[in-house]
Amino acid sequence: MNEAVVNIRAIFKRELCGYFSSPVAYVFIVIFLLLLGFFTFYISNFFEMGQADLRSFFSWHPWVYMLMIPALAMRLWAEERRLGTIELILTFPISITEAILGKFLAAWAFIGVSLFFTFPMVVTVIYLGEPDIGAILCAYVGSFLMAGAFLSVGVMTSSLTKSQVISFIVAVVICLFFVLAGFPPVTNAMADWAPLWLINLISKTSFLSHFISIERGVLDLRDVLYYVSVIFFMLFLNGLVIRNRSAS
Amino acid sequence: MIEIRNLTKYFGAKKAVDDISFTVNKGEILGFLGPNGAGKSTTMRMITGFIPPSSGTAVINGFDITNDPISARKRIGYLPENAPVYPDMAVSAYLDFCAQIRGFSGAVKKQKVEEIIDRCFLSDVRHQTIHTLSKGFKQRVCFAQSILHDPEYLILDEPTDGLDPNQKHEVRLMIREMSADKVIILSTHILDEVDAVCTRAIIIAGGSIVADDTPAGFRARSPLHGAVSVTLQDTQPAALLACLQPISGVKSAEIMNDSPLNLSIRVVPENKELPIANRVMSALSENNFKIKSIFVEQGRLDEVFRTITEN
Repeated sequence: MNEAVVNIRAIFKRELCGYFSSPVAYVFIVIFLLLLGFFTFYISNFFEMGQADLRSFFSWHPWVYMLMIPALAMRLWAEERRLGTIELILTFPISITEAILGKFLAAWAFIGVSLFFTFPMVVTVIYLGEPDIGAILCAYVGSFLMAGAFLSVGVMTSSLTKSQVISFIVAVVICLFFVLAGFPPVTNAMADWAPLWLINLISKTSFLSHFISIERGVLDLRDVLYYVSVIFFMLFLNGLVIRNRSAS
Repeated sequence: MIEIRNLTKYFGAKKAVDDISFTVNKGEILGFLGPNGAGKSTTMRMITGFIPPSSGTAVINGFDITNDPISARKRIGYLPENAPVYPDMAVSAYLDFCAQIRGFSGAVKKQKVEEIIDRCFLSDVRHQTIHTLSKGFKQRVCFAQSILHDPEYLILDEPTDGLDPNQKHEVRLMIREMSADKVIILSTHILDEVDAVCTRAIIIAGGSIVADDTPAGFRARSPLHGAVSVTLQDTQPAALLACLQPISGVKSAEIMNDSPLNLSIRVVPENKELPIANRVMSALSENNFKIKSIFVEQGRLDEVFRTITEN
């Protein structure tokens, strides 16, 4: 057990240093913050709403994640395959699970750092009004969990290919499905012809429908369980892919 | 001890490695030879557990690589083909990462990294990012990674590929120095390297073992082995042949080069094991030929390699 922690930490450290030793980290954080700010202030008209909460901020998270997280995840395995370093990492005395967890946690922590830099939003609402701090914290936790689910999709697609571009596109498409499945305009369009149970089932698999109460600041155990199980499932798939990869 | 048991690998319908078995003991340096595509790298990748075998297994120090990969890999140092290393890391940071993966921490880890930087002559580039290094340095960084934890078992896939002659010499020297308490398997297609470092060589072609012998043993298979080559000055070929052919034990004598100043001849014995050099020498001096040089051929590995792999 202790050995596993040491191994995961070694991989974690290397991956995190990998982000910060290249421009990737800085470009990602800057674009992430710019996009969130743009959507919150110019599309949702944060100030004009006159509400001391962050709903208009959090409701954009799924859309920004959908585009940005696959870009962050695409290098995790695809790069190792392209460089051939996968041959070393898989012949080190560590298990595939440890390698996957190290990589996943590093990217997730990096997203956590990016999310942390949105704190001026919180400062702004506290300055302007009297928001429910607990609700904001819950929303942050929920958003971070959802980011993990997006990330797990990206990590999985990254293990499928040597090409980061292919990994990115496939991940965006899968994420788009997960988002759109619960997007009201899409579910409404389906309501005309699909049976109700099917619509319910599809929208239940969506990241969006599990984010509705979270963006209001309510952290439901079922939503938490949902995101955690998506992460487990995707990382499990990732393990299968790596284990059964063709030699390349 | 490494035991390779009936290793077989299919890629789709193609059989890349076909039922290979052999054993390597402590102190041996096994050279793995074969034409490109013979299955050398595939075999090494199966031994280190990078690709699962279609059937058969490798047992390293009693640990089966398919059942207990972690215990087996702990004892292995592996240098893959083309020496893959992370290009965005500094040399010392990369080795530090490898030391951590190998279970070292704190002061011991630091010491191991320092030691290996010293041993592999990397001190000048230790703070450099790996992608700025030349091919030779990258190769050395990856080699450093493979011996960092002083493993009992070393698997090296073309360890001197891309190195200049001095670096090649350096790496071969290191391999020989380490070999006493290790099992080393290295693949190469440089035949000189087999001569320079290996105590034993296995030649594979088309996925199966076609020969397993010592370098000297391979040389003895050469048709040239035991032949005497002589170069003479101011000599008539006919006179020379008349003098040499009647010697007992001589199968044939063949003129290699008959310029008037340097006449070269190769005398092939009937039996490779019975030396004829003495008799050739005395016959030549009795007849007062002017000998410029004389030597006994050991046989040429490249020739043996070609005959073995082309059949």
